[in-house]
Amino acid sequence: MKRTAMLLTAVLAFGALMWAQNALLINGAGATFPYPIYSKWFDVYHQKNGNIQFNYQSVGSGAGIKQMTEGTVDFGATDGPMNDEQLKAFQAKRGSGILHFPTVLGAVVPTYNVQGVSGALNLTPDALAGIFLGKITKWNDPAIAGPNQGVKLPAEDIVVVHRSDGSGTTYVWTDYLSKISDEWKSKVSKNTSVNWPVGLGGKGNEGVTGLVKQTPNSIGYVELIYAVQNKIPYGSVKNSSGNFIKADLASVSAAAAGAAKDMPDDFRVSITNAPGKTAYPICSFTWLLIPEKFQDPAKRDAIKGFLKWMLTDGQGYAEPLSYAQLPKEVVEKEKKAINKIQ
Amino acid sequence: MSARLRWRKFLSNFMLTLTGICAFVSVAVLFFILGYLVFNGGTSVNWAFFTQLPKPVGEVGGGMANAIVGSAKLLLAASLLGVPIGFFGGIYLAEFSGATVASVVRYAADLLNGVPSIVIGIFAYSMVVLPFKHFSTLAGAFALGLMMIPITLRSTEEFLGAVPRMLREGAMALGASKWKTITSVVVPAAYRGILTAILLALARVAGETAPLLFTAFGNRFWSQGWGQPTASLPVMIFTYAVSPYEDWHRQAWAAGLVLLGLILIINILARTILSRGIAAPRS
Amino acid sequence: MATANPTLPSAGPATGSRSFLSKLREGDEIARLITFLFATSVVLITILLVYELWINSALARQKFGLHFFVTQVWDPVLDEYGALPFIFGTLMTSSIALLIAVPLGIGASIFLAELAPARISDTLQFFIDLLAAVPSVIYGLLGVFIVVPLMRTVIFPALNKPFGYLPIFKGPSYGVGFFTAGIVLAIMVIPYIISVSREVLLSVPRDQREAALALGSTRWESTWKVVVPFAKTGIMGSIFLALARALGETMAVTMVIGNTPIISASLFSPGDTIASVIANQFTEATGDLYLQSLVALGLVLFLLTFILNGLARLLIVLTTQKGSEVTNR
Repeated sequence: MKRTAMLLTAVLAFGALMWAQNALLINGAGATFPYPIYSKWFDVYHQKNGNIQFNYQSVGSGAGIKQMTEGTVDFGATDGPMNDEQLKAFQAKRGSGILHFPTVLGAVVPTYNVQGVSGALNLTPDALAGIFLGKITKWNDPAIAGPNQGVKLPAEDIVVVHRSDGSGTTYVWTDYLSKISDEWKSKVSKNTSVNWPVGLGGKGNEGVTGLVKQTPNSIGYVELIYAVQNKIPYGSVKNSSGNFIKADLASVSAAAAGAAKDMPDDFRVSITNAPGKTAYPICSFTWLLIPEKFQDPAKRDAIKGFLKWMLTDGQGYAEPLSYAQLPKEVVEKEKKAINKIQ
Repeated sequence: MSARLRWRKFLSNFMLTLTGICAFVSVAVLFFILGYLVFNGGTSVNWAFFTQLPKPVGEVGGGMANAIVGSAKLLLAASLLGVPIGFFGGIYLAEFSGATVASVVRYAADLLNGVPSIVIGIFAYSMVVLPFKHFSTLAGAFALGLMMIPITLRSTEEFLGAVPRMLREGAMALGASKWKTITSVVVPAAYRGILTAILLALARVAGETAPLLFTAFGNRFWSQGWGQPTASLPVMIFTYAVSPYEDWHRQAWAAGLVLLGLILIINILARTILSRGIAAPRS
Repeated sequence: MATANPTLPSAGPATGSRSFLSKLREGDEIARLITFLFATSVVLITILLVYELWINSALARQKFGLHFFVTQVWDPVLDEYGALPFIFGTLMTSSIALLIAVPLGIGASIFLAELAPARISDTLQFFIDLLAAVPSVIYGLLGVFIVVPLMRTVIFPALNKPFGYLPIFKGPSYGVGFFTAGIVLAIMVIPYIISVSREVLLSVPRDQREAALALGSTRWESTWKVVVPFAKTGIMGSIFLALARALGETMAVTMVIGNTPIISASLFSPGDTIASVIANQFTEATGDLYLQSLVALGLVLFLLTFILNGLARLLIVLTTQKGSEVTNR
């Protein structure tokens, strides 16, 4: 008994005493989509500023917003901008406004697993809406076969795969579908989590990728980077100018450039179905959520310093990780907005 | 030999072989899982894994040193909460209580056991995180500790109850008080079963992810003391497994292996350190 | 089952021995009080938990009332929620899991406790305990990479071709679904059954076995008809543990069940469980009614566990004939 008691105290003491680090720990929570680039940024920033630690955990956009509102984290991150209700709630609970700062851009692509099809299928908005509404049920349906002359599509049932968890990716996807299909808008609408008319649910982008990879004749939607890294085929989508565009860094930037001109002051904007001949229609900004008023001046200055770095040097790390950089106009606008943080 | 006897003998051999097959299947599954983990993650278990902090994707190396330490801290603190409550509660049920109180407590323990880990996490979040407005190792330990209570309590009660009456009465006949009887005779006799249950409870919470997401949160750096968010192996596994990167996937499998290794070590240590001096002969 | 308290005989006439004995009793009283506090803390924690679930689901309860139990809709956009498909999924997957794990687990524990030599038994048990330590996320991944394809390519055709006309074997199968989740759950809960049952079987006094054998029973008969009934409550306890684990398992199930709120008699249909949907949607849920409906689901699961435990206990009481109870206390 004595032996165990001594052992226990020793271990407890060990746990309590820690190597003396005077680092300032800043916690953030939010979207999973930008986790790779954020972890890269925070790591690089920490190398440059050893006394500042940004600890970002990807628990989901909605969770990020919630934790911000509860005050358990210092900053948040989201793929879908906060709506007015959420902004009000934050103001009420935390006594301060909250600012959105776009960081990078991402794209959501339709990925599929159809025997004999290894390249990019041309998919029209109507085809996508029809498939996900459950109205187009076979792969050789004219809506799909039409723009894909020369591709042999089987007469098999389409297995739809969507997200089971709430997600910014779903938000972007349903936002797009709501814009191009009135039926989708009225039946399902846009949200991080919806009542899907058909399909199986996969957990996370990885879950959807896994399901699509394993299930013959299936189609799902994932962030571009997952399709690229897992080397699965994904389709080109017809944009508002009538061209079939495959998602890549250039086409995503083109979509953002179109939106940059009309960027609202609070940066909350949807760029799905953006105008532009080469624009990919299913893209989105992803934002950092920063409170307007800070209690702790050290944290405030650290965050402001990081934001400035992110908008300049930080952007250079985006493309190697398959994220599109912010358009110059947006960067300039954001630099000015940093001054709003007190 | 009569026909009936022949049948009974045959049945006996048949059923006992069947049980052997059951055991074989169960163990085979485990070895399969272990093999799979080794195959997929073995290459990532290197010195760097144990000593370095996580690196962002694209950079070679990096490890989960902070997650290993974090998991160890969480398990330690969780045991300090869950084991005493379960153990002493079990003693009460087996030695002191009346039938009604016992059923109520048992029922409550079973209910608690059935609560989804995410709900426990949410409960711990509202109890420990919200009031203090930050995530912490303690909050995570609270959630995990709660989950350890039911197994510990039920098993302690069960194994104490299985100790023959004779032992108790013998001690009391020698003038020992009830408490003395419990501590020096009954508990040592039931010791094996109780220890098994505690280790089982520990093993179970060691692999839980959901309760930690909103309590211990996560940390890319070293967590200082007990009041800061901390990395843990299950959460790292989850984060890496749902990423699109092959290297992170391998690290996730490796982390699974390391977690199993951690539990194995705890098991071995616990059984050897705590078994000295306690003779518990198998009947 | 508390032991009957054998009370010490009252002290004799000498005052010295009376005070000595009463001191002894006081020590016991303190022990009783302290252990009582620990035991009741469990009840208090559980009550507190239910209380939290109750007040945090107020909106949902007010809006939906008892309809919540029988509605099939789950629509975060229209803010309409119902628990029925999730209740069904939870029951379905847990039943499958127990149907697989209980026979396997009890069989294995009998083997380990009765037949295997001590060292082999201990070593094997050591490893089986490790199964309990495998993180649920890993179980989920293993489910996705191994069980799902297995289900789709091997198990489904094997059962569907000859028996496809039966509702429980109807296709189509995507690999994910109730059966897959049930199998993964079974693997997860087996260590609890084996571990606890084996220990309980080992603690059965030797003389019970020997008495049976002396009366001419075969090895199996002595095990099945004497030893196992003796250990019955312990084994049932382990099954309760397994059931509770299966009902509440979150991560692993959500990765292999297909996450579609469907009610179907087919083993191969995708579905969803309460724990899985809470885990999936809680973190992203915005909007009070949405959140509170998820909490209400948690409350429903609690109720489910309550009922199932009660039914199981009733079953034990009914199947234990009076007088056949073996006691050692």
